[in-house]
Amino acid sequence: MAELFRFNTVDVIGSSGVRLENVTLAIPDSGITVLAGPSGSGKSTLLRLCNRLEAPTRGSILYRGRDLAFEDPLELRRQVGMVFQKPVLFAGTVRDNLAEADGDGTGFEEALDRTALDASFLDRPAADLSGGEAQRVCLARALLARPDVLLMDEATSSLDGAAVGRLEGLATALAQDGMPIVWVTHDLDQLRRLADQVAVLLAGTVRFTGAVDELSASDDAGLLRFLEGADA
Amino acid sequence: MPDFAPGDVDFTGLAASFVMIVVAIVLSRWNSLGIEKGIVVAVGRALVQLLGIGAALAFILDPERSLVLSWLWVGVMVLFAAVVLSRRASEVPNLFPIGLAAFVVAETITLSVIFGLGIFPLEARVLVPLAGMMVGNSMNATVVVARRVVEELRDKRDEVEARLALGHSSRRASLPYVRSAIRTALTPQVETTKGVGLVFLPGAMTGLILAGVDPVDAVKVQAAIMFLILGSVATTTSVVGFGSASRLFSPDHRLSYIERPAGT
Repeated sequence: MAELFRFNTVDVIGSSGVRLENVTLAIPDSGITVLAGPSGSGKSTLLRLCNRLEAPTRGSILYRGRDLAFEDPLELRRQVGMVFQKPVLFAGTVRDNLAEADGDGTGFEEALDRTALDASFLDRPAADLSGGEAQRVCLARALLARPDVLLMDEATSSLDGAAVGRLEGLATALAQDGMPIVWVTHDLDQLRRLADQVAVLLAGTVRFTGAVDELSASDDAGLLRFLEGADA
Repeated sequence: MPDFAPGDVDFTGLAASFVMIVVAIVLSRWNSLGIEKGIVVAVGRALVQLLGIGAALAFILDPERSLVLSWLWVGVMVLFAAVVLSRRASEVPNLFPIGLAAFVVAETITLSVIFGLGIFPLEARVLVPLAGMMVGNSMNATVVVARRVVEELRDKRDEVEARLALGHSSRRASLPYVRSAIRTALTPQVETTKGVGLVFLPGAMTGLILAGVDPVDAVKVQAAIMFLILGSVATTTSVVGFGSASRLFSPDHRLSYIERPAGT
């Protein structure tokens, strides 16, 4: 299977210590790859390496065979879109927010439509939106840049049940349309609903990669504890 | 105008003005403020520093001296201001060269306007005090703008990174927050300019009137100085604001980790 991202012996060491250690991982170029693990396991750090919001202390990361260190970071981030854990909307209306992604004003209604929002949202103040609506506007804004890949960093963690279902449905539809998605979560039920393939991180290291149904066959004690719902 | 000049204040007169210091000390003791020692130290330091500066200026501003000395003094002021800026806004790495560039640019522009357009004659007694006023007012505003840029980018990190994630450059992603910081730094000078004459009589004008200058002439001088200061502050805060932001991003457009000050 073609590789979307390949991590080669990647370390990330920050002011608070080691966040990722000796990570070697391949993320396939199709479907939804879920990065799972408890809080602080390094999954968000791993995701942020994909669009160069973080840089490795050691090692290399390839994006479709090209070393990220030599790619134009601005062009990379247009190709690799991202939706953050907390919906981040800028001051002004929904239209103002979408304009930050696509200044010429075209495609706004289509982008909203893809996230199940109608055109009436365009002139609503961003501050008036519910959490679920705000996150869908963030997704629409990310899609406006016409990315090839989508990174979703715990994008449903601040949403209620119905909003979670809507966003998961949107992501599944995008993946079925051919956009590979890398999805970070600590929610095992969500992992089982979404994942075509899984990578599990514990304490900054990759402890499992493979299909969802292979997870429970692992004999890694820390991994089994995580699967049982406790932090490793 | 009365037959008086500020130079008529001798040391006896200066000593007499200590009466108000005594008043301040008495009030501090009466209200249990505990700052009597601080007042005495401040008065002592002010006297020593002012007398020292007075002696130095008497030497430099002597009409017989070369103007080179005055230009050197201006250079020292600019260097000192850049050092103070980099120390008081130490959260911004490597701020000294940016501050130095800002003050050099602002001084070059304002002194070119002052002397090039013939607003004032190019003499030591004009150059040193005017340059000092430009640098002094700009220094305070640049410390504010540098600190505000740090606070804005630290506290709104999620917004900045959301912009970066859309493919914005670090300059574009930081622009709204740098603008806010510059506005914050520039507003006090704008308000001061707005309120001059209504709320307070500024020092330059007061000094000129005390020296026997016609009040209308004193006002014209003061107005020119205030406008030049406003231009200098606008220039330096812009350079330091954008320069500070650039120091807080990596070359590949990543926002650096900005620590929160201890205790916050």
